Amino acid sequence: MLENSAKIEVKTKTDYKPNGNVVIKMEHLKKSFGNNHVLRDINLVITKGENLAILGQSGTGKSVLIKCIVGLVEIDDGKLLIYGKNISELKEKELIETQKKVGFLFQSGALYDSMTVRENLEFPLRKQLSSIPKDKLESIVKEALSDVGLDKAIDKTPSELSGGMRKRLGLARTLILKPEIMLYDEPTTGLDPITSKEISNLILEVQKKYNTTSVIITHDIECTRLTANRIIVLKDGVCAAEGTFEDLEKSADPWVRSFFE
Amino acid sequence: MAKIVAQQSYSENKQAEVIMEESTEIVPDSVFKKFFLEVTSLTIFTLRFFKEVIKPPYEFNELMKQSFLIGYKSLPLVAITGFIIGLVLTIQSRPTLAKFGSESLLPAMVAVSIIREIGPVITALIFAGKVGSGIGAELASMNVTEQIDAMQVSDNNPFKYLVVTRILSATFMLPLLVIFADGVGLMGSFVGVNIKGNVSSYLFFSQIFQSLEFGDLFPAVIKTFFFGFAIGLIATYKGYYSNKGTEGVGKAANSAVVLGSLMVFIIDMIAVQVTSVLQN
Repeated sequence: MLENSAKIEVKTKTDYKPNGNVVIKMEHLKKSFGNNHVLRDINLVITKGENLAILGQSGTGKSVLIKCIVGLVEIDDGKLLIYGKNISELKEKELIETQKKVGFLFQSGALYDSMTVRENLEFPLRKQLSSIPKDKLESIVKEALSDVGLDKAIDKTPSELSGGMRKRLGLARTLILKPEIMLYDEPTTGLDPITSKEISNLILEVQKKYNTTSVIITHDIECTRLTANRIIVLKDGVCAAEGTFEDLEKSADPWVRSFFE
Repeated sequence: MAKIVAQQSYSENKQAEVIMEESTEIVPDSVFKKFFLEVTSLTIFTLRFFKEVIKPPYEFNELMKQSFLIGYKSLPLVAITGFIIGLVLTIQSRPTLAKFGSESLLPAMVAVSIIREIGPVITALIFAGKVGSGIGAELASMNVTEQIDAMQVSDNNPFKYLVVTRILSATFMLPLLVIFADGVGLMGSFVGVNIKGNVSSYLFFSQIFQSLEFGDLFPAVIKTFFFGFAIGLIATYKGYYSNKGTEGVGKAANSAVVLGSLMVFIIDMIAVQVTSVLQN
């Protein structure tokens, strides 16, 4: 295993150049749970093809922020625009159409325990199942599994998979709907350094193959270094620092620097 | 609790979320307020069920699967319980009837008892224990492991897929199980009668059918639909809105059984009153 893993090729980030093609925009975004003001004033612009990593201490609202984007948490105040559409003002159908463009990789993988790997992958396509021929469905499922290197696990159940495989299956299930924006909630948490590196590579491969825009919540500095074009650091519900890995590593603020030590 | 519900915050359930969040802030420790919140939230949940049950697309495959799991898989437990109830009731009733020289009324008395009251209530309680706890724990663990969130973000409606199908299955499977349990209970009674006597099956069942009226059967079956609905509703509600964490799974399963059983007695009490008013 060690010999094999030593050979893992580290992918390189795409040459990202900031462009005016705004995918997600947040203006004075706020979210509280009771008296706990998690997000106080978030202003953020994410452009097409970018890999943005969000760092911050536990409980600073990183996961809440991406759950706002995907619609699992409703914002209290401010604006959240996805492809220029303010999601608070969208009607149900428009909201669903917009959210279809957003994929979410859960921290735990969130696999359906009662289903096999194949059924897990078919589940997001249920609405279209009647219109997809069986052989076409089979090829879609196999391609999704092949993308994440799980070709042989098709008839296994999630309980038979390792932590890394579960994360990869979670990613395959998300990718099957061909999202344009990928949100990763701590994709490498709980994994060994080698598997973490594999997941980081996978994030880059997905970005290259599907030309996705990615937002990555992580505590893993190595994953951040490998994948992020830009990093923001959250503190007390606001963006405390922003820049590239190299910028923030040499930040004048010791608190920001401490993340990279 | 308000925080947990807020974190789930599905667009269709914003109303319940807001009510729970705001009210908890006002009087966090008031038992009355908590009860009010729970009832309000359950009412919204129930209304949403009726909205989703009508709205296509329909989850027929999942409904069939759940009906199999909830109905067919409960048959052995219901059969054993029904048989024992019939047997024990017969053996226990015989001495009392014998004192009054009415031993010949034993089959009729047992049949009316089983079909009108004991069969439906005992089966519903068994059902609340087995199926209610199962649904509560399953949905709660799906909630804890973010599987419900995953369904939501993958353009599926978890309420329709998980909640509607389970409530419908519980509603329609419990009456069938009760009819089955009644039948097995009467078989148990037949065995009980023949332990100390020699009554032919023809005579035994003739006496039973002569003593039973439509007014015994119909209300007894109708109320089991309400029992099933209440058990399914409470179990799915408790599971769907469980607290995050393993403790939440245990609590959801426990509450599903306790509240589901309580609802069975409350509905039974109402059904008896309604039946007696209608029969008079």
